[in-house]
Amino acid sequence: MRRLRKFAGSVLFYLFVIFVTAFYALPLLWLVFTPFNPRATLAVEIPAQPTLDNFREVFGNTFAMRAIGQNNLILATGTMVGVTLIATLTAYALSRARVPGRDYLSYILILFSSVVTGTAAMVPIFLIISAMRLIDTHLGVILVFIGGYVPSAIFIMRDFVDGIPRSYEESALVSGATPWRVFLDVALPLVRPGMMVIAIWAFVHAWGAFLVPFVLLRSPENMPASTAIYSFYTEAGTPNITLVSAYSLLYALPVLVLYLLVNWRYGFRFFGGIKR
Amino acid sequence: MARVVLDHVSKHFGTVKAVDDVSLTIEDGEFFALLGPSGCGKTTTLRLVAGLELPTAGTIHIGARDVTALAPRERDVAMVFQDYALYPHMLIFDNIGYPLKVRGVEKNELCARVTNAARSLEIDHLLDRRPGQLSGGQQQRAAVARAVVHHAQVFLFDEPLSNLDAKLRVEARGFLKHLQHEIGITTIYVTHDQAEAMALADRLAIMDRGKVVQVGTPQQVYRHPRTTFVASFLGNPPMNLLPCRFERTRNRIRVNEVTLSLEYVPQADTLRARVREDEELILGIRPEHITLHTTETVYAIPGEMYVTQPLGAESLVIVRVGDTPVSVRLFTDEPPQLVGRVWLQPDPKRIFFYNRNGELIE
Repeated sequence: MRRLRKFAGSVLFYLFVIFVTAFYALPLLWLVFTPFNPRATLAVEIPAQPTLDNFREVFGNTFAMRAIGQNNLILATGTMVGVTLIATLTAYALSRARVPGRDYLSYILILFSSVVTGTAAMVPIFLIISAMRLIDTHLGVILVFIGGYVPSAIFIMRDFVDGIPRSYEESALVSGATPWRVFLDVALPLVRPGMMVIAIWAFVHAWGAFLVPFVLLRSPENMPASTAIYSFYTEAGTPNITLVSAYSLLYALPVLVLYLLVNWRYGFRFFGGIKR
Repeated sequence: MARVVLDHVSKHFGTVKAVDDVSLTIEDGEFFALLGPSGCGKTTTLRLVAGLELPTAGTIHIGARDVTALAPRERDVAMVFQDYALYPHMLIFDNIGYPLKVRGVEKNELCARVTNAARSLEIDHLLDRRPGQLSGGQQQRAAVARAVVHHAQVFLFDEPLSNLDAKLRVEARGFLKHLQHEIGITTIYVTHDQAEAMALADRLAIMDRGKVVQVGTPQQVYRHPRTTFVASFLGNPPMNLLPCRFERTRNRIRVNEVTLSLEYVPQADTLRARVREDEELILGIRPEHITLHTTETVYAIPGEMYVTQPLGAESLVIVRVGDTPVSVRLFTDEPPQLVGRVWLQPDPKRIFFYNRNGELIE
């Protein structure tokens, strides 16, 4: 009786695991197989006669290709550089300086950050960017991204900075280095894994973002892939699934490659501390 | 080379007085230890000298210069940290050379000096490794090499041996003292280990709750502790401290149920002059200054033998006098049989009396 119950328990457990796995894996499998299928549907099926024709057609769409190759790259790289620089410096200052209430400051910033890139703030953000005459510029979008991502980035980064014993910096100070030199020579190399995490994280978010560029960018030649993907819809508004899937795969690949590269080189982790 | 003078230095963190009106003079070329329990302010004092903390009050001089408000890099000191603080992302060579690099020392000279320092500390075969690949003892040597490579005026050591195991620690003690002797540089050494301070220092200061309690050579401080705190901090086992009562009119001192005639005590006149009738005192006697008798002896305090511990060359006997355990050190490798009643005869020249505040009556 007891063994039976145990058996039934594990069957239920594996059924649950299979269900959850399928839930997350099916869309990914669809994305992997569909682009090679000449007649794609929304069902996951291994193509009987795989073809590269879909990609040929996507590559022919210069508007969509410029979105990935140029606009997405500018937006994501700009955001990545800005967020990483600002978050690293701020997190270092917050970790090392004796600022009263600094812990509350981090939490308040985090709360605000979810507002900045959220839907509710779109009207004020549009008005601000418009007043700055940055509508339809990449800079405007990048600034909004930076404002939205920096607080969470600071929060993650502080953990990395806090994980570095102060004695490293103190030792350098006594050795004769100026504070700025201490930061460059000692602190920065030690928080580099954290900076990589922040950089990738900011890049991926900016790469995939839809709402902010959709609202702030007007002209087709400035649009990133998330909005340019509509060029694969028919005029009636129905998607051409074969082309959309091929384009989506191209859109997802750089991020995957970047993640794998960093993971292989530094190890992707969301906590601080250093391996000695 | 310089002498270091702290003049009425205080450091407060909020309401906590980490260092409280400390005045010290560390002579040129001296090996000076700051000794005390954790939280006594010894490390803060060291950090004040390094410039990693700025004093709330008082002044600090290194040589002829007033460094009180100077940044660490302007003080020309070298420091070894408790965790060594070797930069994990740099090779040992770059770690040792870092003080020279930031001072803009030319490359050939840097290379020569790093190699020299490493050779004198016997780690020249490890220069192309990273700190994580070194053992604790090697890391400690690398940290010392980084301190000696640029010829600073003062060495500061913050418990540099506390992360080593016991055997290495004794070894490192010897090499540190030899090195300091060879270079002859003024050294301030922070430790909570009394044996380490006694073994290394020319002079030491004992700190308690932010204040300096006593300064002197290890011998002076060991032989003549000015407070019960110092008496109980130095020595292993520390000085025996027995509560007693001064019975002036009856010319004796009462320790629990037994009495000790004042005739026996050299300080009798001082006690008569300073201490009131029936005042409670503390009698201090080091374990090695007690003779153990198994038969009743005049001027001896009776007690019950509690335990004996052979310690190799010597033996330790714990005797209970009333409720107070008294340790007796015997310079024999054969501990005595555990018998019941014994008599403890203190060496009268080595007895100290402290008042209830723990201050020496002299």
